[in-house]
Amino acid sequence: MLRIIKKPEPSKQQLVAIKITAVVLAFVASTVFILSLGHNPFSVYFSMLEGCFGSLYRFNETVVKTIPLAITSLGILVAFKMKFWNIGGEGQILMGAFLASFFALKFPDMPIGLLIPLMIAAGMVGGGIWALIPAFFKARLGTNETLFTLMMNYIALQWVTYLQYGPWKDPNALGFPKIPNFSSNAVLPSVFGIHAGWIICLLLIAGVYVFMKYSKKGFEISVIGESETTALYAGMNVKKITLIAIFMSGALCGLAGMIQASAVSNTLSIEVAGGVGYTAIIVAWLSGLSAPIILLVSFLFATLVQGGAYIQTAFQIPQSAAQILQGMILIFVLGSEFFSKYKIDIKKEKSNNNEDSARIA
Amino acid sequence: MNSNSLIRVEGLTKQFGTVIANYNVSLDIKAGEIHSLLGENGAGKSTLMSMLSGIYSPDSGSIYVGEKLVTFKNPKDAIDLGIGMIYQHFKLVEVMSAKENIIAGQKGGLFVDSKGLTKEIGEISQRFNLEIDPDKKVYEMSVAEKQRLEILKVLYRGAKILILDEPTAVLTPQETTKLFDIIRNMKREGCAVIIITHKLNEVMEISDRITVLRKGEVVGTVDKVDTNPQKLTDLMVGRAVELSIERPEVKTLKRTLVVKNLNALDMQGAKVMKDMSFELYGGEILGVAGVAGSGQKELCESIAGVYPVESGQIIYEEENIVGKSPRDIIKMGISMSFVPEDRLGMGLVASMDIVDNLLLKEYHRQKGFFVKRKPVADKARDIVRRLDISTPGIHHPVRQLSGGNIQKVLLGREIDLNPHLIITAYPARGLDIGASYTVYDLLNEQKKKGVAVLFIGEDLDVLMELCDRIMVVCGGKITGIVDAKTCTKEELGLLMAGESIETKGVDADA
Amino acid sequence: MALISFLAAAVQAGMPLLFATVGEIITEKSGNLNLGVEGLMLLGAVAGFQVGLITSNPFLAIIGALLAGAAGAFIFAFLTVTLRANQVVTGLSLTILGTGVASFTGQSLMGQVVPEGISKFFAAVNIPLLGSIPFIGPMLFQQSIFVYMGYLVAIAAGVYFYKTRLGLNLRVVGENPAAADASGINVTLYKYVHIIVGGALCALGGAYLSLVYIPSWQENVTSGRGWIAVALVIFSMWNPYKAMLSAIFFGGLDIVGFRIQKFDIAISQYMIDMLPYIATIVVLIAVSAKKSKENMAPQSLGEPYFREDR
Repeated sequence: MLRIIKKPEPSKQQLVAIKITAVVLAFVASTVFILSLGHNPFSVYFSMLEGCFGSLYRFNETVVKTIPLAITSLGILVAFKMKFWNIGGEGQILMGAFLASFFALKFPDMPIGLLIPLMIAAGMVGGGIWALIPAFFKARLGTNETLFTLMMNYIALQWVTYLQYGPWKDPNALGFPKIPNFSSNAVLPSVFGIHAGWIICLLLIAGVYVFMKYSKKGFEISVIGESETTALYAGMNVKKITLIAIFMSGALCGLAGMIQASAVSNTLSIEVAGGVGYTAIIVAWLSGLSAPIILLVSFLFATLVQGGAYIQTAFQIPQSAAQILQGMILIFVLGSEFFSKYKIDIKKEKSNNNEDSARIA
Repeated sequence: MNSNSLIRVEGLTKQFGTVIANYNVSLDIKAGEIHSLLGENGAGKSTLMSMLSGIYSPDSGSIYVGEKLVTFKNPKDAIDLGIGMIYQHFKLVEVMSAKENIIAGQKGGLFVDSKGLTKEIGEISQRFNLEIDPDKKVYEMSVAEKQRLEILKVLYRGAKILILDEPTAVLTPQETTKLFDIIRNMKREGCAVIIITHKLNEVMEISDRITVLRKGEVVGTVDKVDTNPQKLTDLMVGRAVELSIERPEVKTLKRTLVVKNLNALDMQGAKVMKDMSFELYGGEILGVAGVAGSGQKELCESIAGVYPVESGQIIYEEENIVGKSPRDIIKMGISMSFVPEDRLGMGLVASMDIVDNLLLKEYHRQKGFFVKRKPVADKARDIVRRLDISTPGIHHPVRQLSGGNIQKVLLGREIDLNPHLIITAYPARGLDIGASYTVYDLLNEQKKKGVAVLFIGEDLDVLMELCDRIMVVCGGKITGIVDAKTCTKEELGLLMAGESIETKGVDADA
Repeated sequence: MALISFLAAAVQAGMPLLFATVGEIITEKSGNLNLGVEGLMLLGAVAGFQVGLITSNPFLAIIGALLAGAAGAFIFAFLTVTLRANQVVTGLSLTILGTGVASFTGQSLMGQVVPEGISKFFAAVNIPLLGSIPFIGPMLFQQSIFVYMGYLVAIAAGVYFYKTRLGLNLRVVGENPAAADASGINVTLYKYVHIIVGGALCALGGAYLSLVYIPSWQENVTSGRGWIAVALVIFSMWNPYKAMLSAIFFGGLDIVGFRIQKFDIAISQYMIDMLPYIATIVVLIAVSAKKSKENMAPQSLGEPYFREDR
């Protein structure tokens, strides 16, 4: 008879070991999957690595993919610490990109030293406000934020689509629906060959880490996430803190959107988020809501994406295969969390009554 | 061999990790017997009953029902054998009706036969004198009604052995009498009734036989006629224990809190505090008695600024604090600690350590953007030493502490703030005798310092010994304030049930 | 009349939503929040289409879709019920996995056409008598068998929840699993069964899209309908009868864009496309403002149940 027993607090090493085991198992599963497609798994994996690190250009591309993912994940971290399930990262990225693009398109001749900071601020405000709307209703009426933020994603997407096909459509694009490119004043400059977003990213990782661990607001956010009543009893203004925290969450996502629009696509388009808002949720979760680990996991996910794009051309394995791999890693890691909290005890059955069902609650 | 035996256990043992909850327990309960299971908190009563009802599986030992050896793999097996467990925390679905709750999990046809069900319920109701409205929704029921529903549930399933877990904890003395009548009806019908309790006088009133558990083992099974409360207490704690709590006399009383005509509504718009008025003096402990849900929680919370007040005044040291933010009220020297049933989650954060939990009340006094943990860590070590808190360290999550130590942390933190008014609700909840006395001593210390103490408690005996005055609430109203030295339990019972009498004031020295 | 044809089209547009919503209601009534609906719908769409293409047999196609949904839902059930993983994140992962698997296996299906055997089977069929009722007849009873299946599923779910013993037990599981356990109900079994059945129904909604409504397989053939279904569950207050009305209403919103174009109103297509999402948000806010006990979510929704925790 199997029994489930709660384990005492696991050590940090144990937690890491369990997660790594899960990833390894996921790789085993996907190896089987790739074999079933008739390919040599090791040459596929090797190719993926080649696609990420094989050349300076490819490495830069991997970093470029890491940046928006990491920053958005930070935004999700702040919200999730408060148990506010912000599924709206995608929309917040879009709206941040939108507001930043507004200034980019309106003031193409503003000096870069003024325009870029303005766009950064705009990106944060755009994303922040977009997150604030559901947060307001959650604070006021207890409205379910999971679905609200999700619906906001679709509204944001339609809004940008509208702009792209309508009022902001580039007349010079020969009928092709796209928004004009930004002037060079609106593009983030490169540092060491990669756009300056990487500096912003590193600063934010450190900043969010310090914020959550050592600042008063960070402390308040953690307490509210653990127990709202305790926070109330301690005198905290839960509603106010909620609004501030979620604004920050959206602002970070919006900033990621601004960076993508400015540095990567040099314009606003409906692809500017590209699913990052959703992937970031997974990254934040897998990282155990820890800022430094987010950096690592984002990088790993970026390698999956970059590698996935590469093998598409090299092996004719479609992009969706990378998605499947991503999904499998997630499933395995989610399943593995069980083993960090519980252990299975195999007990000898002492009476005559035999049963084959495991007594797993 | 007793052919009359309905349920018998031999050598039952159960272990959780390193904690031995039950060791070598043997019991024999006959048909038509009311058997009380007595013991302190942590003595192993609940674990034993969980094994009888199929929730836990014994590590060793045997269970016999009607002299047949049985094993339970799950609650269903126990139910099928006629064992009905009525929990302290009701397992009812609030949004469903009594009927629907009764029929849950039952075998039968594909469709629910509503009419037939009502008839069957009526029959059982009559036999045992259990008043119940089959179509009433649970969220509209009173606590006593819910309890009757739970009893009806198990009787409907043909239970012959009923186990009641602390059934009178939520009842007024008058409702308790009604319950005892129902229990006697069950006895008359040939059922066996096991009552888990720690209330000695009730045990003496209703039981035929009594088994006392201490630290997981049976220390004695006696007939009611052969024993008395003192003997039972000796068995429970293993030594003669003074039942008295210190009540120091404080000469100078300062009027600290005046509550005038306080009214408040709950989320559904119903009145949860009706025109409450009373005074509280520094140097006294004012007890608050009342069945759970009579407005005590809301009263505490409104004084702390956490619950919205509809009308009325709360005057603290000459200032009306209604409408002030909780933060401001804390700064003014009012401290509130509410111990909920699960002990954590209203005063403390389970996953944080002692330092961070102290920080909860400290951080807003620190200047700047960042929290400073070092001075608070020093304070933590100090409190741990002074209150003799047993903990692996000040940086371990508080949920690893035992109940008593958790409550010590909570009280310790509050007292450290040097408040002028302490509101404490159920501070000794779930604590064993030793730890409870520590709590009472702490409160008396504060009282001697001139602090005003508002003590919400559930044990009338404790209230009558510890407090100077006792205020009784029922249904949101203050039904009376009496002198704790001279009042009787019957008086308190009547007040708790809603009868009003004059309130007792205080003779304060000028 | 143009209105009737619009309403009939609304019913058709609402069908994928109806299957998915009723499916998710069943899942949520057991206390589990499965956000993987979009992924399950895609799995059903691709599986139904694939099997239909190979066999030209409508029944097998439907079974294929159901099995695909059941498989996906099983993974969710195993993770959240047995391994006690966080339901929100698991559901999202399932969406990612389901989308990936569907895209991957659906590659060879792009541009293919539904075999005649199937399209004929699912063509509109008039129900005698009912179909002749003025107004309602053409709207509701001159539809495809698939649509009639939808009505049956919703009504069956309603009868199941409110009139049968098993349905009552299910509701207890969702509201108070500890109470269910104490009553001898096998909480784990109920959760597994209903999550899987719910997931299979979501998949059926996807199959309707690829086999009847569009009909064809494309990447992102569901275009977010799975997410709307999750919202519709709340909109319908976890009541399958109300779900029928909500689904038709939202189906109407979905297609109203084209109709308005006809009237030459100068509103952009894309703004109109926002309507279903805005409507859902309005409902979310309204429901949270009301707070009546009867129409709220099952109380244990989103929380895992462990017996050892007393």
